[in-house]
Amino acid sequence: MVVAEDIPNPMMGEVVLVGEKNLIGEVNRISGNRVFIQVYEDTGGLKYGDRVVALGRLLSAELGPGLLGQVYDGLQRPLEEIAKQADSFVKAGIRTRRLDHEKKWRFIPVDNPPRKVVGGEIIGKVEETMVVTHMILIPPNISGELVYLADEGDYTIVDQVAKIKDPQGRMLGVTMVHEWPVKTPRPFREKLDPEEPLITGVRIIDFMFPVAKGGTAAIPGPFGSGKTMTLQQISKQVDADVVIYTGCGERGNEMADLLEKFRSLTDLKSGRPLMERSIIIANTSNMPVAARESSIFLGVTLAEYFRDMGYNVVLIADSISRWAEALRELSSRMEELPGEEGFPAYLASRLQGFYSRAGKVTTLNGKTGSLTIMSAVSPPGGDFGEPVTQKTLQAVKVFWALDSELAYRRHFPAINWLQSYSLYIENIAFWWELNVSEGWRSIRENMLGILREEDELMQIVRLMGMGALSDRERAILETSRLIREAFLKQSALDFKDAYSDVRKTFAIAEIIDYYRQYLLEAVSNGIPLEKALGLNIGEEILRLKHLSSDELAGETTRLKERIISELSELQRPVEAQHG
Amino acid sequence: MAKSVRYRSIVSVNGPLIIVDNVQGVKLNEIAEIDVDGETRIGQVIGIEGRAAVIQVLQGTTGVSIGRSYVRFTGDTLKVPVSEEVFGRILNGLGNAIDGGPNVIGEKFDVNGYPINPVTRLPPRDFIQTGISAIDGLMSLIRGQKLPVFSGYGLPHNMMVSQVIRQAKLLRRQEPFAIVFATLGVSSEEASFFRMELERARALDRTVFILNLQSDSTVERIIAPRVALTIAEYLAFEKDYHVLVVMSDMSNYCEALRELSLARGEIPGRRGYPGYMYTDLATIYERAGLVSGRNGSLTQMPVLSMPDDDITHPIPDLTGYITEGQIVLNRNLHLAGVYPPVNVLASLSRLMKDGVGERYTRKDHFEIYTRLLSAYAEGSRNKELSAILGEETLTSEERKYVRFTEVFEKRFIKQGAYEERSIDETLNLGLEVLSVLK
Repeated sequence: MVVAEDIPNPMMGEVVLVGEKNLIGEVNRISGNRVFIQVYEDTGGLKYGDRVVALGRLLSAELGPGLLGQVYDGLQRPLEEIAKQADSFVKAGIRTRRLDHEKKWRFIPVDNPPRKVVGGEIIGKVEETMVVTHMILIPPNISGELVYLADEGDYTIVDQVAKIKDPQGRMLGVTMVHEWPVKTPRPFREKLDPEEPLITGVRIIDFMFPVAKGGTAAIPGPFGSGKTMTLQQISKQVDADVVIYTGCGERGNEMADLLEKFRSLTDLKSGRPLMERSIIIANTSNMPVAARESSIFLGVTLAEYFRDMGYNVVLIADSISRWAEALRELSSRMEELPGEEGFPAYLASRLQGFYSRAGKVTTLNGKTGSLTIMSAVSPPGGDFGEPVTQKTLQAVKVFWALDSELAYRRHFPAINWLQSYSLYIENIAFWWELNVSEGWRSIRENMLGILREEDELMQIVRLMGMGALSDRERAILETSRLIREAFLKQSALDFKDAYSDVRKTFAIAEIIDYYRQYLLEAVSNGIPLEKALGLNIGEEILRLKHLSSDELAGETTRLKERIISELSELQRPVEAQHG
Repeated sequence: MAKSVRYRSIVSVNGPLIIVDNVQGVKLNEIAEIDVDGETRIGQVIGIEGRAAVIQVLQGTTGVSIGRSYVRFTGDTLKVPVSEEVFGRILNGLGNAIDGGPNVIGEKFDVNGYPINPVTRLPPRDFIQTGISAIDGLMSLIRGQKLPVFSGYGLPHNMMVSQVIRQAKLLRRQEPFAIVFATLGVSSEEASFFRMELERARALDRTVFILNLQSDSTVERIIAPRVALTIAEYLAFEKDYHVLVVMSDMSNYCEALRELSLARGEIPGRRGYPGYMYTDLATIYERAGLVSGRNGSLTQMPVLSMPDDDITHPIPDLTGYITEGQIVLNRNLHLAGVYPPVNVLASLSRLMKDGVGERYTRKDHFEIYTRLLSAYAEGSRNKELSAILGEETLTSEERKYVRFTEVFEKRFIKQGAYEERSIDETLNLGLEVLSVLK
């Protein structure tokens, strides 16, 4: 925290440069002629009387072609560029451009340029990577008459590609790049109800606790429960156009691992490297804490920018607890009165402000885009009652509760099925009916019912042993075992299992449900459970997840026939005796 | 020269802190020298409030007098001299020699270091053998990893750590290997134990020993791990050594941090520890890693005591969120006479999969690990059940697993304090105890 005096007309949130090294800071409080500044870099070496230069603008992101594939710190400084300048360590006072201003991009103007344009209008495009076409937008805050639009050609992002005469008659030059303050949400025309699920290829998420495109989800878990693994798996597989991964206050080695994966792995849809549709923001735990606070806002601003082009964007924030702690640390340095557990009183409103930037929208240019936010929460001591977890739950609609007990038993993803929930079931049920099957909701409810029943039965078993259970109850346990082992458990390391498309997911769920019905029927008809289990149908179901969804179709048909014929075969002599 | 200005304007002395008023040109983090009746103490500027500088005094403030003591600012940050001559030396928490020899001469490095740029980090790979079966077989230490030991008061972590220091090695012997060992707030008995252990194993030649004792000042305890890591970074990233840094006991470090924070009048967080303890610990632990273009690596094994064996206490909790796994010691195993008393179910090396297997240890390593762990988990569950319901409720299959847990604890986990097992021996032993299940 730095205090400066006598800055002319200081502005809340204004960017300032501090001291000989021009460290970047932000105005955080103004009190009389004193201005409190939060510095985003290591403050070592500052002294009394150092000068402070106010830049007259808010902390902003630079938006334009060249963003994709970048690795930024919380201030949008490209870390690759810093590595070139300053070797392998990040030192204070390094200055780099956020985007390359020299590189030329092929600009292709729209076919029939409108005469009048409003902010957010698309005036052209750049094929930025093989996967993502970068739409060139009029900055949201200007509009007017389009008096000039450049022809197709190679331009840098600072070359003029359009001219606009605004309502006051001023001529405004438009380039392919514009600035946007990170703490101000970008405007859109209208918010829409999320109704399409975001498919992640993770069965417990897609089938049990789905998130909608434009929705919000939180994934809290104590350390060692596989939080980061799960988020990384999702970010690799998710059916989004652009993924923005914000590593906020997390481990350096984890970021290194993530970077290596994003560079070497390819996107399922396009077969191109994941980096071509991704931006990574890496502000590890040992980098300055103020930049950690801003990294989340930078992430969400970049995400909104791509949403405004009509894309489905996923923002992953790992972890929001580290962000909240940064807030707490900064607040305590400002000597603000602490609220719950030392967090500032504005924690809840800041969190809500952040999550409310998610959504499915009609953009200013009339396209539909979505921004889904998934955030990891790291509750201290694994206690979900602490303020950050609770305030996050208040704001989000999907909760994937990670459970260290499951991780301990090597059940991955270690998402607890009794504690997790999704409030999007109603919204997206129609999509499932239309695209996969009408059976989704009922099978899902059956499965969750069985899992809840298992939990109750296991309490009995713990007290009285397996012997206390009836055959019917043991058949329930057999089904729940299959749900857990054949369906919910999914290996991120086995490439055939790691991604489960909705057809495959549904097919496995359906066959388990089918088996459940026949098994319970057989047991209620007096067939001893051992005999039914002796058919080893369960073992065959367990193998299904290692098949592709095409191979699966034949297998499930065959299994269904086996279930009908063999289970009823068992029942025949019994019926005969009764008859 | 302005730098030789002596200030007699000390206006406040509070715990390890002093405030000097009316100073000029003093920079944050700058080193000050405080003359206390002829004795020179070292201090660091940790705050500038208007014209006043807040200084933490490394050797404590006892004897500092407002009228008599004076302060001089050096214009330099806290640095430690580094060279390959540090091997075999014993230094204090500030990097000064305390073994009777001359101070180390070499280039001076800032003890705070700089964060490794995430894009130049390489993901940790390859195996470090500790010669302890529980660790090597089930929670392998990987180069560039930070793998802490979570212990409790009265548990034999000192013994285990000294065993690691004596035995640790790379499987490819031609690669240079070094150990930087920092004690933080240990008693002088513990210190001489460590020293004897090292001498006995003739391991001093590859070791740098940084000794911070209980009796040393709070501030020195804050600096000591940073001095250790600065030396380690030099060896790893300038001189291509694979360096293992062992720091014991980090709980003492955290207490020092708390003491200092409260002395500064900061708003306390959980259990009085400062709100920035996560960030502070991260600036220590995150100095582990591999950097592209450098051949060495920096691996950390910090040791901490969990007050009341509580793993949710802020110290183990925040540590667990930064480090890549943990080795948890268990009191019941210790009482049952198992050394080292490693609770393998609660322990985990998150990076293990990247440093074991055909290329690094043995092809069947991961499989043996999985089998041992799931059999032990199964056996432990059955054991709990039989404790409640009586052994007769178990099936013979279930009893077999209970028998396995016992054999596993007695033969695989249990090991002599001076018994070194190669990874081959460890894995063969694993297969042998698994045969109980046949």
